Amino acid sequence: MHLAQLNVARLRAPLDSPEIADFVALLEPVNKVSDESPGFVWRLKESEDDPQATVQHDYGDDLVINFSVWESREALWNFVYRSAHLPVLQRRREWFLSMAEPYSVMWWIPEGHIPSLAEGMERLELLRREGPGPRAFTFRDFHDGGAAGDGAGPGGAGSYGSSEAASLPAAAEARK
Amino acid sequence: MNGDDLSAVAVLNDPVRRAVYEYVVAQGREVGRNEAAEAAGVQRTLAAFHLDKLVEAGLLESGFKRLGERTGPGSGRPAKVYRRAPGEWQVSVPSRDYRTLALVLAEAVDLLGGDERAEEAARRAGRRLAGGRGEPGPGGPGGPGGSGGPGGQDPSRGREGAAGGPDAAGVPGDSGDLDDLLRRRGYEPYEEDGRLRLRNCPFHVLAEEHPLLVCSMNLALCRGLLEGLGRDPGRARSDPRPRECCVSFSIDNDN
Repeated sequence: MHLAQLNVARLRAPLDSPEIADFVALLEPVNKVSDESPGFVWRLKESEDDPQATVQHDYGDDLVINFSVWESREALWNFVYRSAHLPVLQRRREWFLSMAEPYSVMWWIPEGHIPSLAEGMERLELLRREGPGPRAFTFRDFHDGGAAGDGAGPGGAGSYGSSEAASLPAAAEARK
Repeated sequence: MNGDDLSAVAVLNDPVRRAVYEYVVAQGREVGRNEAAEAAGVQRTLAAFHLDKLVEAGLLESGFKRLGERTGPGSGRPAKVYRRAPGEWQVSVPSRDYRTLALVLAEAVDLLGGDERAEEAARRAGRRLAGGRGEPGPGGPGGPGGSGGPGGQDPSRGREGAAGGPDAAGVPGDSGDLDDLLRRRGYEPYEEDGRLRLRNCPFHVLAEEHPLLVCSMNLALCRGLLEGLGRDPGRARSDPRPRECCVSFSIDNDN
């Protein structure tokens, strides 16, 4: 199984205004980090040619939508919080309004399935309506679903394995 | 207090074993027996004994890896290598549990949308920690102390730490005090490519649970530490990597 993730953010000013220019300028480098991250599978792109193009949709001009698919929770977590994406996230208040309701949702999909934007927005609605559950959840209220191995290799050492590490005992892993 | 935690920590109560442990964790990579023996200045067999005791206690983990350049036939068996285990151990006598309360408070900050106030408080805490360094007791004088004070009621907020610091005027060019302060706060600083990076996140459990809030508070705290030392707070920046602290510092002022 793969992990699909959708998040929305409400702009403080139009995308082409000077207030938002820094954010637009960061789109290309941050998308590059995403696409090159270990465990990255797919991202909804508006254009193959224009790296600054944001996803076009019918949910309101002030809404920026990110939609991507990852091999595991860890892969997504490391991109969101342990890459050059974090400093951008930390500046979110400069460009986006704070939202009272959930703005980020995850769910499991079969490998190879490319979910539609409408499906993603429905999952977000589901999360907002019913709270986290196996069909729509968050990092904090995560659901493992059917993905027992969580995408890690044999031994499940994925959560702590540096690439060269060989045969680490599972006992140490189990110790929290 | 968890009895297993006490037994694990007690294993470190031997000077050679502790030196071996500290050497391994400071490298941030797998370390072989020969290297650990050399670093601790003991025989290889003694180093191996202590390394395996540390694995038994769960403080290190071991694996096998080919060391050196040669590969293929004739390169010998893979060597046993060691590195820090991912768990954490806490011993407090009498029993204390600040972690649970910190997690509850972090959730409350999230629910209240109070992240900006939390970052301001962390910055003040950083200034106090730098100003009051060398003393185990409360930080700067006259401040609300460790309570942090109910948000922003101190009109001169932020000055208390700097005022208490012995070097509020700064000791330009001496980066040793920052390194020393970070070391004592548990960050495990090391140099790489002209920056001071931090191998350990002292707030690990909280950062896993509330990463955006905690990493932003940590950045603010690190900037506060710099201010408390009379340095430019801009030297700290958010610079995360998997399995390390999310902040790094420029070593000289123009980096």
